[in-house]
Amino acid sequence: MISLTEINAVLDNRDPVSVEKLAQKSRGLTQQYFGRTISLYAPLYLSNYCSSHCTYCGFHSKNRIARIRLDPAQMRGEMENVARMGIENILLLTGESYQATPMAYLAEAVRAARDYFTGISLEVHPMETDEYRELFRQGVDGITVYQETYDRDRYAEVHLSGRKSDYNYRRDTPRRAALGGIRQISLGILLGLGDTARDLLALYGHLRWMEKHFPGVEYSLSFPRLRKIKGRAFALCDVDDTTFIKILCLTRVLFPRVGLNLSTREKPALRDHAIEIGVTRLSAGSNTAVGGYGLLKTPAEQEPQFDIEDKRSVHDIVRLLKAKEFDPIFTDWRPIDNAPDQNPS
Amino acid sequence: MLGTGKFRNKTELTASIKASGTEIVTVALRRIDIERHEDNILEYIPEGITLLTNTSGARNAREAVRIARLARESGCGNWVKIEVINDSKYLLPDNAETVKATEILAAEGFIVLPYISPDLYTARALVEAGAAAVMPLGSLIGSNQGLKSKEFIRILVDEIDGVPVIVDAGIGAPSQAAEAMEMGVDAVLANTAVATAGDPAGIALAFSLAIRAGRLAYLSRLPAGHSQAAASSPLTGFLFEP
Repeated sequence: MISLTEINAVLDNRDPVSVEKLAQKSRGLTQQYFGRTISLYAPLYLSNYCSSHCTYCGFHSKNRIARIRLDPAQMRGEMENVARMGIENILLLTGESYQATPMAYLAEAVRAARDYFTGISLEVHPMETDEYRELFRQGVDGITVYQETYDRDRYAEVHLSGRKSDYNYRRDTPRRAALGGIRQISLGILLGLGDTARDLLALYGHLRWMEKHFPGVEYSLSFPRLRKIKGRAFALCDVDDTTFIKILCLTRVLFPRVGLNLSTREKPALRDHAIEIGVTRLSAGSNTAVGGYGLLKTPAEQEPQFDIEDKRSVHDIVRLLKAKEFDPIFTDWRPIDNAPDQNPS
Repeated sequence: MLGTGKFRNKTELTASIKASGTEIVTVALRRIDIERHEDNILEYIPEGITLLTNTSGARNAREAVRIARLARESGCGNWVKIEVINDSKYLLPDNAETVKATEILAAEGFIVLPYISPDLYTARALVEAGAAAVMPLGSLIGSNQGLKSKEFIRILVDEIDGVPVIVDAGIGAPSQAAEAMEMGVDAVLANTAVATAGDPAGIALAFSLAIRAGRLAYLSRLPAGHSQAAASSPLTGFLFEP
């Protein structure tokens, strides 16, 4: 495994020739293992109730925003609107509230999503192994759970209260999800919270540990940079574009087959370059507010988790990918019956 | 045989299938957009080509069986390439689970082509289970490393009768396909080397020519490697001296 010194050497090196070399290597590996294909997905926010206080998040429990939780009819309406955009991989999100969005609520959302999408992932509060097993049976393919920062002190500073302030419980979440049978797990760090090199080293170590103990899981990584929320900055992200691209490249070189996700929190120009260099999954046509796909008509009514930079539609992204000679992938999984049985015949 | 993943657009896929002269292409069920017609990969496969659905994404026999059944129910036919992979880092096939899935699916009337690490006992068990071929890997999927497992594949070529031995995975260049064919394998499956080439159709044609050349060399009984025999017999000549 790479050392902290080596990571710092890569991040500190701003020599254009070295950066280009690294990018070429990353691009070569990405094309070898993924071809010129990009998977597309969209986030769908079900609820913004949250019982944790994370200083950088628009949904945090102390933020005075309009709280909404979609009822079954509303979630179906939103799902239909996202499906109509052409999206088949959905990431269902909630704030972290064990009371407002309990297991039964999530299971209902997953059952509804099965009518509209072929791939279903969740980014919700961490749960127990048995709960992941139940969600897997209901049709959940993927779990996204970011540690945000692996620096314990910094973690405590920004996660002030609520279940999320329990560092160990969160770090153990990917293991519990894998034990529950979940097929795809996405890890990540929120760039701008902790020391980038140290967080990268810890993330790589976490992923490597997961790969060794749960080799059958398909892993992907995300490197979200802290964003403003309704124009307000909660914290500053000091990771500039050059560093960001180097992080993607370094990750690709270390983990050639691991998926790299890039959300619409990044600007269109950067996303257009990043797909050439190593990113393999893009969100498109995203809205990060509950009810943002049609239920709430105007931005003034909506409470986004973070502000979006790439506002292009799914149609625009598909057209762009084709123009750049990428094959957009909508369907990358086909739901099979996940119920356990002893005799497959 | 040609895999259909990783192409930058589906027009090049069609052109590559045609140029390769293949009769069988493999498609991952997970990538077939059954509900959608626009850009459905099946519409880019020329008529007359046999569709071999693969179970990519299956982590055990149970999932492979369910994917194969779903493929058949979806109208994708009954040819199935079993891929049971429970390691996302190396993508090595799980031979034991593959045998289990083959037993079940062959009994259900599927034409089963299992992808395996080259292992004689596994290959024998697969033939016993009703597999229509055995597909040992040349090297890791997508690695373009060629026939790293050559000597183990040679054992399968020598010992497995009655079903074809098809080298699947790792073939990174036409010369490697020719090398496999020269040693007597019955077919090769290529994907990454074609799909990620500058001109996929050109490479597909090159594969076709290399495979024909390799096959012809095999059928023409390619002389064995450099013989050490010389005109004189320094060790045993004394026996025959007058």
